[in-house]
Amino acid sequence: MAQVSIRKVVKAYDGGVQAVKGIDLEIADHEFVVLVGPSGCGKSTTLRMIAGLEEITGGEIAIGGTVVNDIPPRDRDIAMVFQNYALYPHMSVYENMAFGLTLRKFPKEEIRKRVENAARILDITPLLDRKPKALSGGQRQRVAMGRAIVRDPKVFLFDEPLSNLDAKLRVQMRTEIKKVHQTVKTTTVYVTHDQVEAMTLADRVVVMNHGIIEQVGPPQELYHHPKTRFVAGFIGSPAMNFIPARVENGSGALRVTLPNNITVPVPESRTARYQGAAGRDMLFGIRPEHLTEVKNLDRDNIAVFELTPEVIEPMGMETLVHLWLQGAEVCCRIDPTTPAEPGRPMQFAADLNHMHLIDPESGKVL
Amino acid sequence: MSASGAAMTAGRTEGVTSLQRFTRRRSTIAFLMTLPLIAVIGGLVVYPAGYAMYLSTLNRRMTEFIGLEQFAILLDTDTFWMVIAQSCIFAISAVFLKAAIGFWLAHMLHDIPAKGQRKWRGMLLVPWVIPPALSTLGWWWMFDPSYSSINYLLNVFAVPSVPWLGEPWWARTSVIIVNVWYGAPFFMIMYLAALKSVPEQLYEAAAIDGATGFQRLRYVTLPMMRNIISITILFSLIVTFANYDIVRVLTNGGPRDLTHVFATYAFQVGILSGNVPRGAAVSLFMFPLLAIFAYFVLRGVTRRNKEES
Amino acid sequence: MSTSGATRDLPGIYAKAGSLSSERRWALWVAYISLIFSAIIFLAPPVYMFITSLKTSAEVANLQGNPWLVRNPTLENYTAILTNPTFLTFFWNSAKITVMVVAITMVISTLAAFALARMRFWGSQALATGVFLTYLIPETLLFIPLYQIVGGLGLLNSSWGLVVVYPTLTVPFCTWIMIGYFASIPKELDEAALIDGASWSQMLLKIFIPVAMPGIIAATIFAFTVSWAAFVYPTAFVTTPDEMPLTIGVVSQLVRADTFAWGQIMAGALLAALPPVIVYAFLMDYYIAGLTAGATKG
Repeated sequence: MAQVSIRKVVKAYDGGVQAVKGIDLEIADHEFVVLVGPSGCGKSTTLRMIAGLEEITGGEIAIGGTVVNDIPPRDRDIAMVFQNYALYPHMSVYENMAFGLTLRKFPKEEIRKRVENAARILDITPLLDRKPKALSGGQRQRVAMGRAIVRDPKVFLFDEPLSNLDAKLRVQMRTEIKKVHQTVKTTTVYVTHDQVEAMTLADRVVVMNHGIIEQVGPPQELYHHPKTRFVAGFIGSPAMNFIPARVENGSGALRVTLPNNITVPVPESRTARYQGAAGRDMLFGIRPEHLTEVKNLDRDNIAVFELTPEVIEPMGMETLVHLWLQGAEVCCRIDPTTPAEPGRPMQFAADLNHMHLIDPESGKVL
Repeated sequence: MSASGAAMTAGRTEGVTSLQRFTRRRSTIAFLMTLPLIAVIGGLVVYPAGYAMYLSTLNRRMTEFIGLEQFAILLDTDTFWMVIAQSCIFAISAVFLKAAIGFWLAHMLHDIPAKGQRKWRGMLLVPWVIPPALSTLGWWWMFDPSYSSINYLLNVFAVPSVPWLGEPWWARTSVIIVNVWYGAPFFMIMYLAALKSVPEQLYEAAAIDGATGFQRLRYVTLPMMRNIISITILFSLIVTFANYDIVRVLTNGGPRDLTHVFATYAFQVGILSGNVPRGAAVSLFMFPLLAIFAYFVLRGVTRRNKEES
Repeated sequence: MSTSGATRDLPGIYAKAGSLSSERRWALWVAYISLIFSAIIFLAPPVYMFITSLKTSAEVANLQGNPWLVRNPTLENYTAILTNPTFLTFFWNSAKITVMVVAITMVISTLAAFALARMRFWGSQALATGVFLTYLIPETLLFIPLYQIVGGLGLLNSSWGLVVVYPTLTVPFCTWIMIGYFASIPKELDEAALIDGASWSQMLLKIFIPVAMPGIIAATIFAFTVSWAAFVYPTAFVTTPDEMPLTIGVVSQLVRADTFAWGQIMAGALLAALPPVIVYAFLMDYYIAGLTAGATKG
């Protein structure tokens, strides 16, 4: 019984600034949920309200069926991993991990068993006698997780735990966190600003912006079916292209006209969905991997047109081509073997099965 | 559904009290923790300050309210004007010399290889470590009219003996010398800490921009140290202005009351001569001057905090 | 520790010396000459005190010859002063007063600094400013009303009176630097402790005090040296030798006792100055950290 329910939760600071503007979220038992969004979107505040480090201005939060609004952190049965690890510098790794249990007056034997078990899971047994000062960033991160694991709490809370690590270690620890979750299966709420972390770790991703939840869903769903322009642009790297476009009704089929008089037909399967947009200015959204060099044309719904690359970025496994269409930056992903050079026009194919139309006023994806 | 709702409400009512108690208790605990501090500040600083003002309005026997009579009497005596002048001369020249010597020595220390700095720093801070009342005793002996070891050294270099404590201007100089000797190491340590906090890259950038040594000092070091210099100087002005130990041990105000500063004069009038109200009045004369210094110190501190945040 | 720091700095120095060798060498000469010159002046008084303390009264009184040399070194001044019951009483009084004042100061300022650094409450900002302001008030401003107050309590001529008033010298500064040290502890550390289930007292005792140990040591050293060196209060409040601490005891009683006991006076002054000097010698880094904390923190 360790689901977390967030109901109409509001966080307002003195002076009326609302950091969180009434969010609803149900987190199931054993689930790994990642809150992601740009800085200041309210994700950390939400996590800290779950932890009890921030007071809840309105609404309620329940952990395992008990409303915790007015319960101090120590009685919420949660554990938290902080961005800067927050290890007690004067205690050894063992003492750090044991501290919470010692304060709760667990028997010595039980503490020893739990710490050793957690140390084994995290592979830090040889470090137990060291002080945090003598540990590397990755090792500190493990100790911080160990401190959470030994408590065997209802919920794990992670506040940007990988932000202080270098890129390589971050990938490694990401895998580690996922592995630990698969072992201990504790309900987890994880906050990050890094959408890759969110995608790779989460059962469900919660995208937040300006204190509200933009969309909740499994990573693949968010990637392929974003509901708002913000989600479409935030998830995926490089980001989705947004090209100003006009939708027109012509001879029974819908057409989208892009700058430079490029016209692409709307696939038949989408005609009904986009009918209402006819005659209006919209944003044409397409991911870079769906805007590539022309290779196999034997699929449906491919539109081919000519564009002039301006900047070429070889990445190794792929090459990114940047160009500008009437002020809108467009990024295309091509095969590294395809010749491309700045200023020389080339043919591009857009995979319209993956196109999106976005209402620029409401920001909704149609 | 209804069961879980009931459980929630139950949890809630129970919780309300516990978290509210938790936050309310935080304020109460915080207040209790600061209570001894408040007692010290209130009982030993604020109350005595008010009491001093009250005392200064009484007559000598402390039986009658006489308003600002004590202040008027003080301002009528030459000795008191002398005390004001001497306090200002003493504080300003001593602080200026301490700051200059400290600044110079901090630079010299900063210039030598890091390996030796600790040793030199340790030696040069010794005057600050010895209780000033005791080291001044040593100076007194060195200034002794017939046995002065300083005069002996001067005579070796064919300089005539100096009547260190016997002649007013020399006595004033002696007091300043001892105070500078005692306080310069403090400035040195403060400036050294400030120098060490200037990022090395700034000097490298300045060197690449073609700055000479003097220009680096003028455009990099001084602006970076400005706050600490002003705070140290103002703080030292307060302490030096209110100094007691050195004057008391070295000259005890003599010759002919010409080296008295506020503190020693207040002591002489208020405690040795038993005129408590007038002594309190003498002390209180320091207050406006100190308040001005304190204002500048505080302004410096807050400005620095604003810049940092 | 210091050797590793030195080796790290060496390449930089050699690089500088290599590129600007003549200018650099000249600057080094100036630096060393200034340092040697000032070290001689700074150390001359204590050295001369020591020289005098090794002389017999006859040698002190002898006007012939160099006063900076000792012809017949003797420890008789030290044996005399150490068997002098008055001096031992002064020493005992100083020790007693200082230990109590340091203990009181550390309890008051640690508690208050923890509350001021971590628990926002009504008036906490004003109180922090008040602490800083009282730290700026010199003791000579208030010793006359305090004289009346201490007298009213019947504590004149008693070391207890000094224990009562010395906290005005120590508490504001110690609180101030402890606030700085506590404020530099990352906030996440207390949040982690809060989640781990620590109460306020456990947070203070098990997290803050151990983590801020360098600050506690620096503040303790400060309280110790200030109480040991205090001069105005004992001079004003204590006139009976039995209750005098060392500073005023040495200055008033030894000097008055015998006009030509300079050797003994110097021996007494040096012995009286010894405890703070020893503390300084062994804990120099903490001492300096505490000294500079007042201006660099806050």
